[in-house]
Amino acid sequence: MADPMKIRARMQGDKVEVKVLMAHEMETGFRKDSSGKPIPAWFIQNVTATCNGKTVLSAEWGPAVSKNPFLAFRFSGGKPGDKVAISWVDNHGDKRTDEATIS
Amino acid sequence: MQKIIRRTAVAAAFAFVAAAAFARQPSSTEQAIEKYREAVAEENPAELWEARGEALWKEPRGPNHASLERCDIGLGPGVVKGAYTVLPKYFPDTGKVQDLESRLLTCMQKIQGIAPEEAKKNHFGNGPKKSVMEALVAWIASESRGMPMHVSVSHPEEKKAYEIGKRMFFYRAGPHDFSCATCHSHDNLRIRLQDLPNLTSTRDAQRAYTTWPGYRVSQGEVRTMQHRLNDCYRQQRFPEPGYASDAITALTMYLAVNANGGTYNAPSVKR
Repeated sequence: MADPMKIRARMQGDKVEVKVLMAHEMETGFRKDSSGKPIPAWFIQNVTATCNGKTVLSAEWGPAVSKNPFLAFRFSGGKPGDKVAISWVDNHGDKRTDEATIS
Repeated sequence: MQKIIRRTAVAAAFAFVAAAAFARQPSSTEQAIEKYREAVAEENPAELWEARGEALWKEPRGPNHASLERCDIGLGPGVVKGAYTVLPKYFPDTGKVQDLESRLLTCMQKIQGIAPEEAKKNHFGNGPKKSVMEALVAWIASESRGMPMHVSVSHPEEKKAYEIGKRMFFYRAGPHDFSCATCHSHDNLRIRLQDLPNLTSTRDAQRAYTTWPGYRVSQGEVRTMQHRLNDCYRQQRFPEPGYASDAITALTMYLAVNANGGTYNAPSVKR
């Protein structure tokens, strides 16, 4: 399983503000190593965020997103104590899910 | 002949005006650099290294299948909080002054049974080739955040290390005849868009030393003081210093002592 992500979720007025830092190399597939060989593409393709099981964000990413992606978003309908879960799947089929509690 | 004299005079006048303009304007460039720093510091990717470092500290590793949790990095076995602010330091068990990386190599060998040549592999990370040392240093550093630097020079070996480091700081060598002091011993210098702290002044030394290790945006990696010094030597076209060598420890000692009193605030974000 890939390295864990750091998730922070807190109330901002009546909305929940979530900040996520994901650990992922996000290779575009266009870079070459020192011997000239292309480094294979390896990037997160799908991101889903749920609050108490209900999807609040879903995203389709591509190679334009940089290494160790930082994602911040707001949603309404959450309250302190609720669980926010972030999941991603990459183009190798690897996945990772982490959770945080809204403070 | 008169044309040349006139052109030279114009060129000289222009250079004088330009120099005067530069002398009046460093603050706006400095402001722009500060703005960039604030923008990139919003979320620090170094937290991913800190998380990995904490896990590596607690994970049983090496032939002895032991964790580093009994390692003494300056404040007693297993004490991590505040340890970065007392390093480099004299350690009686090895009989020498050691910085954090040197101390971690000692613990990896004595506690975990990992030979130094093995532990030194991949000491500077590169993308998927992750460095164990950089992660450990990032986490250990974060556990000293907000605390004042107070490196001791009371032991004779510590005094000696400081003096050697100072000598190294001012020692000119290499194909450009540079020393650290060439770039880092005057106020208000910058190279392109990077301001050069005057490491001989307390204020700048504090500001500089207390922000390493840092996540370097240009490299996409967390880099330690060890790497910064290695990079400085590369930029001066010196031979590469040994990783965690006594030389690097001495130079680190000089810089750390100059930063005493400063509030430690790392890992930071850097260009």
